[in-house]
Amino acid sequence: MASEDPAVLTKALESLLVEKGLITSTRIDEIVKNYEEDIGPMRGAQVVARAWSDPAYKERLLADGRAAIAEFGFTDPHGAELVVTENTDEVHNMVVCTLCSCYPWSVLGLPPTWYKSFAYRSRAVSEPRTVLKEFDLDLPESTEVRVWDSNSDIRYMVLPKRPAGTEAMSEEALAEIVTRDSMIGVGEVALGSDR
Amino acid sequence: MDGVHDMGGMHGFGPIVRDELSYHDEWEVRVHGISNAMAVNGGGRFSLESLDPAVYLGSSYYERWLLARINTLLQSGVITQDEFDASVANYATNQQADLPADDPEAYAKALSAGDARDTEPSVDATAPRFDVGDQVVVCTIHPDGHTRLPRYVRGRRGTVILRYRPQGFQDHEPIDDQDGVQPMYAVRFEGTELWGDQAEINSSVVLDMWEPYLEEEVATDGE
Repeated sequence: MASEDPAVLTKALESLLVEKGLITSTRIDEIVKNYEEDIGPMRGAQVVARAWSDPAYKERLLADGRAAIAEFGFTDPHGAELVVTENTDEVHNMVVCTLCSCYPWSVLGLPPTWYKSFAYRSRAVSEPRTVLKEFDLDLPESTEVRVWDSNSDIRYMVLPKRPAGTEAMSEEALAEIVTRDSMIGVGEVALGSDR
Repeated sequence: MDGVHDMGGMHGFGPIVRDELSYHDEWEVRVHGISNAMAVNGGGRFSLESLDPAVYLGSSYYERWLLARINTLLQSGVITQDEFDASVANYATNQQADLPADDPEAYAKALSAGDARDTEPSVDATAPRFDVGDQVVVCTIHPDGHTRLPRYVRGRRGTVILRYRPQGFQDHEPIDDQDGVQPMYAVRFEGTELWGDQAEINSSVVLDMWEPYLEEEVATDGE
């Protein structure tokens, strides 16, 4: 069976489930479309931009990420906890799931393949600085690198540092420069970066 | 279970390959959609961990999802091996063959039957044992069922840095929620506590710890 083409196995499975009334192809299409069109890192970027622009919002966000993010209408159907951790000069946070592929998809969409790779899953906890260098991020020894291993249903998103020189920028303009990688914690936001 | 999926700290997987795509093929999109939409238990994480280790390591991400779903449905008898083989043979001959027509009524019925089975976890009224700042030790276990306690942190000492709302305890899946909800903490471990001299400088790991994972409390001299 495993030697079969996965495309064939997938279609064989879908076909049986449809036949038994345990799924509809229409529902699968809806889910796929939702991920393609509506859920992605532009959501997290809006949250970050607001936190940078509105101190009261940032306070709410760090105190209860799930509730503050729900203000945008971004929710997890299972009601999962969403914790936002703030990067500072003292602590740099990054997120991994060593056991599987847990990811804050309600704000970042689907994870890239590298996030689910054996290399990232195995190494992020034991050699985070080396991993970050592979993402071109070289942090000073004075900054603690704190890795959040998402081993429960709590989801983590990083609030990156606001880059210097962005003081005059609007919330909308800020959202444009917030990268997905910065919200996973494997990058920083730079002026002129582009999601 | 202590399988190959528990990868934290393993060596040998090489550098990070910056593959930014979520999907590479149309069938992967479909597998993701099927896993989210199906009205029967697809086996969850335990079915992924239960794949043969060589298959787990040798398959792509969505291949693992696909094989785990198929195994679960065959084991639970939702589909039989014969009908699955026949379906595979049919599409192997003609990949463009049509899918059967949707039966939205049957699907709605199956979904609501599933909802009725999903009982809310019982709420354990026990007050949390630990406070932020407490030093704790992680228990040592070797379960053959599901657990969310990675090997690399067992027996290690850490500090509670956050206390969360209680969360559904997941060990012993697929009979999930048997143990109701448990107090939940974020516990921070120094890199050196986990990796000894090989730890990278000024690094730490935070894990979510259900209270049953935390075995004992260590006196902290009021630190």
